[in-house]
Amino acid sequence: MEKKYGVYLCKGCGIGEAVDLEKLKTRAALKGKVPADIIKEHQVLCSPEGLELIKNDIKEGTNTLIIGACSPRVKTDEFDFPGAITERVNLREFVAWTAEPMSDDAQSIANDYMVMGIIKAQKGDLPEPSILPDLSTALLVVGGGAAGLSAALEAANAGYQVVLVEKEAELGGWGAKLYKETPRSHPFEKLEEPKIFDKIKEVEAHQNIKVFKSSVIEKTDGQPGLLDVTIGKNGSSETVKVGAVIMATGWKPYDASKLEHLGYGKPNVITNVQMEEMAKKGKITRPSDGKEAKKVAFIQCAGSRDANHLPYCSSFCCATSLKQAKYVREKSDDAIAMIFYKDIRTPGQTELFYKSMQNDPGVLLTKAEVTGISDAPNGNLYVEADNTLLGEKIKVEADLVVLATGIVPSTRAPQEYLDGLTEAGKKGDEAKKVYLESTPKPEFILNLAYKQGPEIPTLENAYGFADSGFICFQYETRRTGIYAAGCVKQPMTMADAAEDAAGAALKAIQCVEHVAKGIAVHPRAWDITFPDPLMIKCTSCKRCTEECPFSAIEEDEKGTPFYKLNRCRRCGTCMGACPERIVSFKDFSVDMVGTMIKSIEVDEDEFRIIVLACENDAYPALDSAAIKRIKLNPKVRIIPVRCLGSMNLVWVSDGFSRGIDGMMLLGCKYGENYQCHFIKGSELANYRFSKVKETLDKLQLESDRCQLVQVAINEYDKLPEMINDFVERVEEIGPNPFKEF
Amino acid sequence: MADKKKVLVIGGGFSGLTAAVETAEAGSDVVIVEKTAFLGGRVAQLNKYFPKLCPPNCGLEINFKRIKNNADITIYTLAEVESISGQEGNFNVTVKLHPRFVNDKCTACNACNEVCPVEMPNEFNYGLDKTKAAYINHNQTFPFTYVIDGKHCKGKACAKCVEVCKYDAIDLDMKPETVSLNVAAIVLATGWESYDISKLDNLGGGRIKNVITNMQMERLASQNGPTGGKILRPSDGKEPKNIAFVQCAGSRDENHLPYCSYICCMASLKQATYLREQYPDSKVSIFYIDMRTPGRYEQFYWKVKDDPGVTLTKGKVAKITEDTKTGDVELVVEDVLANNRITEKYDMVVLAAGMVPSTKDSKIPGEISYTHEGFVVPAFLKKGMFAVGSLKSPVDVARSVQDATGVAIKTIQSSRR
Repeated sequence: MEKKYGVYLCKGCGIGEAVDLEKLKTRAALKGKVPADIIKEHQVLCSPEGLELIKNDIKEGTNTLIIGACSPRVKTDEFDFPGAITERVNLREFVAWTAEPMSDDAQSIANDYMVMGIIKAQKGDLPEPSILPDLSTALLVVGGGAAGLSAALEAANAGYQVVLVEKEAELGGWGAKLYKETPRSHPFEKLEEPKIFDKIKEVEAHQNIKVFKSSVIEKTDGQPGLLDVTIGKNGSSETVKVGAVIMATGWKPYDASKLEHLGYGKPNVITNVQMEEMAKKGKITRPSDGKEAKKVAFIQCAGSRDANHLPYCSSFCCATSLKQAKYVREKSDDAIAMIFYKDIRTPGQTELFYKSMQNDPGVLLTKAEVTGISDAPNGNLYVEADNTLLGEKIKVEADLVVLATGIVPSTRAPQEYLDGLTEAGKKGDEAKKVYLESTPKPEFILNLAYKQGPEIPTLENAYGFADSGFICFQYETRRTGIYAAGCVKQPMTMADAAEDAAGAALKAIQCVEHVAKGIAVHPRAWDITFPDPLMIKCTSCKRCTEECPFSAIEEDEKGTPFYKLNRCRRCGTCMGACPERIVSFKDFSVDMVGTMIKSIEVDEDEFRIIVLACENDAYPALDSAAIKRIKLNPKVRIIPVRCLGSMNLVWVSDGFSRGIDGMMLLGCKYGENYQCHFIKGSELANYRFSKVKETLDKLQLESDRCQLVQVAINEYDKLPEMINDFVERVEEIGPNPFKEF
Repeated sequence: MADKKKVLVIGGGFSGLTAAVETAEAGSDVVIVEKTAFLGGRVAQLNKYFPKLCPPNCGLEINFKRIKNNADITIYTLAEVESISGQEGNFNVTVKLHPRFVNDKCTACNACNEVCPVEMPNEFNYGLDKTKAAYINHNQTFPFTYVIDGKHCKGKACAKCVEVCKYDAIDLDMKPETVSLNVAAIVLATGWESYDISKLDNLGGGRIKNVITNMQMERLASQNGPTGGKILRPSDGKEPKNIAFVQCAGSRDENHLPYCSYICCMASLKQATYLREQYPDSKVSIFYIDMRTPGRYEQFYWKVKDDPGVTLTKGKVAKITEDTKTGDVELVVEDVLANNRITEKYDMVVLAAGMVPSTKDSKIPGEISYTHEGFVVPAFLKKGMFAVGSLKSPVDVARSVQDATGVAIKTIQSSRR
């Protein structure tokens, strides 16, 4: 596209009173190398008249707009000009509202920002989406339990083709093994018939759903829209093409053989899973002698909430035991049920069910620390407990004990195996070989043919659950187009799993619809730009393939990286990682930011600090400080980046070689509770910054001139002070000795 | 696929926003109708989320950005649904738009706020401070356009804001309007209110100054709150160093709310960390019936429990009284495990007030069935209408997000039939 520029300056909101616009125009024209007559000003650029000015120019052929007005976070509808490159320069928040009006500082800041805006527009181009051919919009659902069936039905009912793969011979999962379900609707008192069988029927009859039973996924290769999934069944294989995946592979009960201290192994001690099977068959009897059980004790948190077993709550066991207590009571009038709990957890309206059970005189409930299960006469058992509501150290006789065992996600075993492999790999090839030979390989779920491993990486300290790291965005995984649902993700009830599965199905639909248009998915679900590397300069160093948080870059047989573009989330981590600086987006590149940095005016006797700010959190925080009119240190120049992961080290030398005195990175919190929307951006930037020492040493500069600060969006009132602190430290070090060159 | 038909989302809190954005990003047109002047609902009022202790405005910012970048979402604020008729695929809805008195020309320069002589209780901060009648609720809000409170504004007799506004953005003559919409599906996401603690007479709710609600605590701890994030007790601005949390304040109580409000245990544990972080020499006592921290939240419970400055006691608080001289608050608690009665004084008490569905008091027009407590009964909803989040049962943000995302696929089923 041949560019025709238009530069616009708004005088409103204090900009006209803070900056000499004539000087700004002269400077922008000179340094931005644009004719002075294309720089126009308006009293209120966002007003209908102001916008008319811009629109008239567009009619005359102007297609590249640099708008010096307010923050790009506001007035987005007003300054939306489809088909034109639009670069917004934040003169209001970063100058008028935060600098001393009509000071040399304010003028200098405005000059720098306008010039940078012009350079950005000059270096950028109008993006066009990259749409890969032969895309599939079909969805793969792995797992045919409550979550998987729901996901398949919801997607099929929305008009999408679905392939459902179930490992077992029959659909239904644990839901099909239940005798009754806990009440789900008002007044939350009556047990309900399992609804799963209707769902199974519906799935099997649905014209949009193809079901594979007794089948496993042998391989998942490709990328969203183009996933080739090899399904293995009875020794034969079939490959289907799908666009996205819903992983609903559920859970396994915690291994009760590890609960010997709670009596497991004794004939009349069973698990809640065994209790369901028994209730479904008919009477509730004792395994030892087949006698009807009349005094049934339920031990809650059998394994769960226990540092030695499962350090989490399994979420449904309290309601399940209450339900099973009702089985006991309904099947035999004179039977009693006793529930020993740590805390009864029946959140929300399930509380009403708990209340109704409390009203049953045949159900005894007590908080207790169960200290042991011992033998009593006649095959009975003593439940020994401490700190109960009935007193300290009690001993109660029961003829059947039910352990409320918890859940282990199906992702846990593969994750542990793969973690072990990574650890062994760190010790060398020999250790890895020993590990592979000596460790039994668990059942894998997706068998991804991806550079970064065959399964979805789970969060640290999530005990194998394929959970999202974000409260607000429950379907984020590190593998684009693959969404987890149900108990594989978090412990949850069957009703919750059905809702969750609908959500995962929606995300899968979004994914196939977005790749069909060449648009990224969350969190840049509007972005049509994509990384476009100049491969001729690639040295196959593989940093990009290793650092990409989403395993979007593979290597060919020669070790040369290539993109699986539909896996890409457009964070720019590859752009930051590349030492050859070959990765560019149409509106964001190493050269673009480098040139912007180099354009910043540096006076010999003045300190100048560059702040690279994450546009998701740090930048809004800076805006918010400005809205509160907190003064920003006039020595800094702020440049937003997609994510700190896109920070390329060459920018450090670009800056320092031109006399910049310090560089500060503002990014999201990292570590276990990371807040980075691209998982590791700020962490990677910090890692790269730690390597910066070498660069600085080469330039004979102090590494303290570079610092990454983790900042959250709500820390806006501390942020200006954090910046001041950094500037002061740099001032203590002294000016960059390169200034004089 | 058939023609694209619109989906209506009633409520612009986190559930409604999620339902709207997720639906729109799957390719449908969406209209959000929000009763207040700004989006974000309860989540915008929170200081941090449990268990990550991350700021909720981070997720709101992303969702607002998704809206700004999506041409298929229309937002009506200060809007209330007046009527709903028709059926799935063809609902007719009328929406009343209350005047904002500020138009789209507003640049949020704050000049109107500076000159406005009217001070009114700040609802966003649960009355803990005052705001001007021309205001925004917080500085990361959306839409980033001021509003003038029609009830408190002195109108044209004053009009100082009109004079000072350089952008011709204030129109005190603005009148209510009605818009008619035809939509294929409707999402009900009108959220929840805090239980009115003045009904908890024995706990001194609404009567004792230093007895506050958990939501007020969120505002006190928030940077954009009445005290700039410094937790100070309301009566005298003293730093509270000895604080009690009373769980199930209203919840799990036949006389008040018979259900469990789901979030309060985690919320109090979280708020204990606010206090312990801000005042390392503070002591926090939490009185509970059952500690309910489902799933991996358990780990957060362990973390807080391990803090020697936090004491957890299973017990029901029987009575709260005020020492009118000092402003301190006295609690009488039955410690059920030790089987004795504790009487203790605190600087401040936080009532973990329960969740009440907004539909308890303000029903949504249309044929909708509710439980005694005001929850929507999903099974009785008309085809094409869906309730999400805390309208069905008390839930946390994570579950609301799952539910709202799940509902998005159902709206697509309704709108593309």
